[in-house]
Amino acid sequence: MANGESEVGADAPAGGFVQLLTPDGERVDSVTTADGMTYSVDFTDDEYKELYRDLVTVRRLDAEATALQRQGELGIWASLLGQEAAQVGSGRALRKQDMAFPTYREHGVLYTRGIDPIMPFGLFRGVDQGGWDPNEFKFNTYTIVIGSQTLHATGYAMGITMDGKIGNADGEAVIAYFGDGATSQGDVNEAFVWSGVFNAPIVFFCQNNQYAISEPLERQTRIPLYRRAAGYGFPGIRIDGNDVLASYAVTRAALDQARNGQGPSLIEAYTYRMGAHTSSDDPTRYRIASEVESWKAKDPIARMKSFLTKQQIADDTFFGEVDETAKTLALDLRERVLAMPDPQPVTMFDNVYPHGSPEVDAQRAEFERYHATFEGSAN
Amino acid sequence: MAETITLGKALNHGLRRSLESDPKVVIMGEDVGKLGGVFRITDGLQKDFGEDRVIDTPLAESGIVGTAIGLAIRGYRPVCEIQFDGFVFPAYNQIVAQVAKMFYRSLGNVRLPIVIRIPFGGGIGAVEHHSESPEALFAHVPGLKVVTCANPADAYTMIRQAVASDDPIVFFEPKRRYWEKGEVDLDADLDQAFPLHAARVVKPGTDATILAYGPMVRTSLDAAIAAAEDGRNLEVIDLRSLSPLDMATVYASVRRTGRAIVVHEAPGNLGLGSELAARITEECFYSLEAPVLRVTGYDIPYPAARVEEEYLPDLDRVLDAVDRSFGW
Repeated sequence: MANGESEVGADAPAGGFVQLLTPDGERVDSVTTADGMTYSVDFTDDEYKELYRDLVTVRRLDAEATALQRQGELGIWASLLGQEAAQVGSGRALRKQDMAFPTYREHGVLYTRGIDPIMPFGLFRGVDQGGWDPNEFKFNTYTIVIGSQTLHATGYAMGITMDGKIGNADGEAVIAYFGDGATSQGDVNEAFVWSGVFNAPIVFFCQNNQYAISEPLERQTRIPLYRRAAGYGFPGIRIDGNDVLASYAVTRAALDQARNGQGPSLIEAYTYRMGAHTSSDDPTRYRIASEVESWKAKDPIARMKSFLTKQQIADDTFFGEVDETAKTLALDLRERVLAMPDPQPVTMFDNVYPHGSPEVDAQRAEFERYHATFEGSAN
Repeated sequence: MAETITLGKALNHGLRRSLESDPKVVIMGEDVGKLGGVFRITDGLQKDFGEDRVIDTPLAESGIVGTAIGLAIRGYRPVCEIQFDGFVFPAYNQIVAQVAKMFYRSLGNVRLPIVIRIPFGGGIGAVEHHSESPEALFAHVPGLKVVTCANPADAYTMIRQAVASDDPIVFFEPKRRYWEKGEVDLDADLDQAFPLHAARVVKPGTDATILAYGPMVRTSLDAAIAAAEDGRNLEVIDLRSLSPLDMATVYASVRRTGRAIVVHEAPGNLGLGSELAARITEECFYSLEAPVLRVTGYDIPYPAARVEEEYLPDLDRVLDAVDRSFGW
């Protein structure tokens, strides 16, 4: 087995992946990879239940967003359906001081950071471009151009080193999210080079959901993505991306290595985008129903529910309460999204430059003058 | 203490002052460390400030700018060196899609106080990609500010102002003027300095206004001296800031002289001259004695070095345009 590879589970791709919870809800005590790393989790019953709650909640919120888009209330939505375990596991693995650089699909990670789930809806509803303060939330703004944020994450991680904030358990680390398609981008490869050369405290977390819009993985790579890391001189490991426990355990270990000064690593979370790329996409044109069905059998939530049930950690009362609570959150989200005010048009001239610009100011004044000519008109 | 130094050395002094005055300032680029940059603009800085503050980066321009963004989010003030004008394009996406838009996207929460230094322009006998003038490609992008210096004193001051500014700034350096000398007050206080985004009348005159920037300011001043022999008193304005443009200074001059001629090395089509001509026409129409004329590079790829002198605007072409303006 190559570096980072593990025992091959029945549902694993060739080369294997780290799996701590099978699709049937069986716990795998621990997994030791070829490079000697052993992964496991040691959760209390309550912690298992909270992970389940996270998974259900982010799926329910996502479904509400999809519905809002279909009803014309969002311009577009990028659904995370199917990728809940990858996002919740890695998101919960972050420590408070860690910084995340998302794409535009990391609503689940955002939720695990304790951020109000309405935050990205400004972007998708079109009332702003997705604005918030990354340093307040330790969660960068969504980045739409594919792969760009991996370089931002790498630079931020270099800054951690320059600030002397690594080398112990209190050190800081960065996680950069991206997808399988992004691995073809020059920026992602440059981020790998940079982080390797500067030993940056960063974890590259690739959610391989098998498709870059319509193009299958085979159009992006000739070898498994996690094995690319070897060429850049740092560890690469593949996990069952539909296993929240594996996602948590491996990400936590990788982040801790990074914060301790051991440099970058790449995690490939092998998962599947159950829905469309975005609400504008039609996946029936490029993938077959049986493939989708086969991934349904690996559902991240069903396996967690199965595990909790078999282990008698939770029962239907708990599952029902989780569903109800998630529904309440979703309906509250819906109400607040519908109540989002449209911005005043003149605010489009705000925040172009920190120090302003006489040219923008002049155009704002002209815009206001022009619109004022309509006031009090016959119309 | 005023010293007579080259434009390149003035930039070096300015960067040194910036590194001294703010520990968050870092310089990053290809060969900026031990070598001091291919033009030696960062000469000696790594030795004095260390490898963490003057960073030799891997050879990838998008990576230089992309990681600078992350450092800026972290609170640093990166000064990126792009080795030559024609090498900036791998970084163009990060500059245009990220550097320019982050403040806007984040509703003003994220400032990216990044300076991207680019030696630009021709006249040094170089091979392809080493002599270009891509400034309009950046001036066209909202969210970026674009400046260029034309003499050592401005080089020293403007680079410090650019580094101190929270706006993202593309800083074009007239590479063929790196070795030209001038007097620089190295103790000058930034608070008292001429504003970064203001144009400057570098030679007052009454008969026509020459609008130039970067390497063409010297050419235009030489043309003004020659024109004086013909009895024409040209005013020369160094625009200095290409985005935003200091149009108030331009309008005031053109209203007095009634004639405007824009000079730049970049191709004429949709260059700075196009914008200047349009705006002067809109604002100074009744003051104009002749159409705004342009003396520019041709709309061709930058040619081979053996013919570049025929491509570049020179004193004679500027004087020819002056003649045409007066002949209108």
